[in-house]
Amino acid sequence: MRDFAALFEALDTTTSTSAKVAALAAHFRTAPEADRVWTIAILTGRRPRRSVTTTELRRWAAEAAGLPDWLFEDSYAVVGDLAETIALLLPPAETRDAASLADWIARIRGLAGRPEAARRAAVLAWWAALDGTERLVFNKLVTGGFRLGVSQGLLTRALAEATGRDAAEIAHRLMGDWDPATIGYDALILAEDRAASGARPYPFALAHQLDGAPEALGPPGDWRAEWKWDGIRAQVVRRAGALHIWSRGEDLVTPRFPDLAPLADHLPDGTVIDGELVAWGGDSPLPFATLQRRIGRKTVPKTLLREAPARLLAYDLVEDGGEDLRALPFDARRARLATLIAALPPGLPVEVPPLLDFADWPALAALRQTARARGAEGLMLKSAGAPYVAGRRKSGGWWKWKLDPMTIDAVMIYAQAGHGRRANLYTDFTFALRHGDELVPFTKAYSGLTDAEFREISAWVRRNTLERFGPVRRVPPEQVFEIGFEGVQESPRHKSGLALRFPRMLRWRRDKPAAEIDTLETLRALLP
Amino acid sequence: MSRTDPVLRFEAAGIHCPTGGFFIDPWRPVARALITHAHADHARSGMGAYLCTPLTAAVLRHRLGDRRIEVMDYGETRQIGDARVSFHPAGHVPGSAQVRVEIGGEVWAVSGDYKTAADGLAEPFAPVRCHAFVTECTFGLPVFRWRPQAEVMAEVGAWWHETAATGKVAMLGAYSLGKAQRLLAALPEGPGPVLTHGAVEGVTQVLRDAGLALPETIPVTPDTDPKAHPGALVIAPPGALGTAWARRFGPSSTAFASGWMALRGIRRRRAGDRGFAVSDHADFAGLTDAVLATGCDRVFATHGYTASFARWLGDKGLEAGIVATEYTGEDIDAAPETETPAAAP
Repeated sequence: MRDFAALFEALDTTTSTSAKVAALAAHFRTAPEADRVWTIAILTGRRPRRSVTTTELRRWAAEAAGLPDWLFEDSYAVVGDLAETIALLLPPAETRDAASLADWIARIRGLAGRPEAARRAAVLAWWAALDGTERLVFNKLVTGGFRLGVSQGLLTRALAEATGRDAAEIAHRLMGDWDPATIGYDALILAEDRAASGARPYPFALAHQLDGAPEALGPPGDWRAEWKWDGIRAQVVRRAGALHIWSRGEDLVTPRFPDLAPLADHLPDGTVIDGELVAWGGDSPLPFATLQRRIGRKTVPKTLLREAPARLLAYDLVEDGGEDLRALPFDARRARLATLIAALPPGLPVEVPPLLDFADWPALAALRQTARARGAEGLMLKSAGAPYVAGRRKSGGWWKWKLDPMTIDAVMIYAQAGHGRRANLYTDFTFALRHGDELVPFTKAYSGLTDAEFREISAWVRRNTLERFGPVRRVPPEQVFEIGFEGVQESPRHKSGLALRFPRMLRWRRDKPAAEIDTLETLRALLP
Repeated sequence: MSRTDPVLRFEAAGIHCPTGGFFIDPWRPVARALITHAHADHARSGMGAYLCTPLTAAVLRHRLGDRRIEVMDYGETRQIGDARVSFHPAGHVPGSAQVRVEIGGEVWAVSGDYKTAADGLAEPFAPVRCHAFVTECTFGLPVFRWRPQAEVMAEVGAWWHETAATGKVAMLGAYSLGKAQRLLAALPEGPGPVLTHGAVEGVTQVLRDAGLALPETIPVTPDTDPKAHPGALVIAPPGALGTAWARRFGPSSTAFASGWMALRGIRRRRAGDRGFAVSDHADFAGLTDAVLATGCDRVFATHGYTASFARWLGDKGLEAGIVATEYTGEDIDAAPETETPAAAP
């Protein structure tokens, strides 16, 4: 595994994308073939199934390091990464094991189903034979959750460089369902017959955020506008008589949406629709929180299917009659989508929401202000002539123009140290609003400040701690922040009775005394 | 002053000895301050009189200008009122001391900042037997375990050579007092000269003048021609990296030398090309050993992972508490050479 650990280090110690691509490409040229496949699998989130629970790993590591469980947990809270915490806490290795990445994965998979004593003995022996980065990588293989700062784009560029093949073709090959334990490098990357098989979706087109005015995009006539729905981005694939639903995270989520099953009987073979899955309230989407109740469940109970029926709001057609439409301009794809959906029998859980009519940019801006009332979170702008481009590229011509967030001024009452990248800074804050004479905590937030601001507020927290509760410090209610959020709803689980969606700090209001913060009533007034 | 006064009391201005009428490393102006070492969070301006080791005094004069500073060598004792005080090597930076205070047979020791492994430059840490020990614990978690200095210095040296081989400048962020000189003294022979930021050079020259043997350096001035020094290593305060000052050297590989570099997350946040885990603070095992070596039964943790470290000592049967101070320990995020931390907003 030494070469994979070296790759991990190379990727970890540079922020230059060309250096990352070079390191990956070199690995794909020289590593054993089985290791190449596993490298691709790991970088695309296809990790081996976990054969040891994290609870077991924590216990074994604490024992091996001779530490009480609480101190292990304190350390983990600071490091923020279980694999790294364990790697750092264990005593230095006694020997070195030279097995390859694929060998290690086979060993780890071999643990499944064995009694705890046997798994414990194996893991302890392996820990004693690995050091530094190799031990960290091993732990990451066991615990899952590799985050290497390598985007799909970088990976495909590196594979393209190593093989001399087209990056777009490589990207498509890597999509969908393949098993690194059984597929060879040749079949995955090089063989000719995998070009358009089975359930595979296409690499998703992604939108840029529009921060300024849309005027910068050029003449409005070149652009099409849609509501930006707050649901789950998905591609619905119908091939060989079967329906496959892919979320943007490349998860196959078909079983979670049995309400879409009828589409399998009516969509023609060789169809790939891109759209948004929403919970449908008859004529408009239900709030995202309703859909959220369905996410994370492998099977959806009947009551939930009734209360929160899923619907596909289709907005693009990527494959039609087996033909790859990605090179066509948006208008042409959209016309074929409309024809396809119009030909379906009525009553199916799919529709093509109409494009929005607008004469000029000011008219569209006015329309955008009504988004929230329609259950949308803003607008999507798409270039009429652009092809369907993988990833977040300017040439794809997709822009999201979200509503400005709702805001409220609140005071910080608790601070907690961050972990991982922010291990020695106070970054996780609890905020309160005024309610009569009381301060009522209503949300946490941990993003939105600059590094310099986090450093400054951390120094203030250290000097102004009133009380400590483990890692949490109570501070005097003096620092006021403007909190931005995308929505608010009733929540019996919170003391304030309210829960925010996507809360974050927009500004540190140094100009504002705590006496002037907003009240809980102000926030309640923002309930839909 | 009364017989019931504790040897030391933790007050809003700093660590106070009511019997002796002095403070140790105070953070508010007081009449008389005993100073453990010359880092800005322990030695602040505005004190009526200072008492410290001769080396600390030299750096203090350089940092704060002409002040009323008295000096006392390691091991020398002095009677201040009814308190007997002495300085003992802390191993943190050249001149750094632990302060021993004895009143009526009861001994307290204040560590300041310290490390237990010898670095070849600072006077090596010497445990002080005491009843109560006031300790830092900047790195008081077991994830911090320093590797031998020679191994890390060899890695720094290898990085310097690799960087020079690609025609770039090696730019190393390190504290101006202590870390920079320790690196200078311990680094293997490099492919070019060592250039120093003004803040680093200033302290280095003070220590040279005080008699420390430190290798030759080339101070960077506005007239310095970066191209005239191929294969150079530039040592600068961490805050100077990534600024216009650093960009004058053209293509560079940047690295930080700090105990925090032991954590991957912080290495990535600082976004340097490399991070070398080398610290002038004790690691977890060093802290634990140091506390146990004092033979004390009471411990006060001043800064760092105080809650975890105090609990760990409590599990070992010591009476361990946390006291609030304004010491910052090793702070790679601090502005390079501020006299005091940024004021509260």
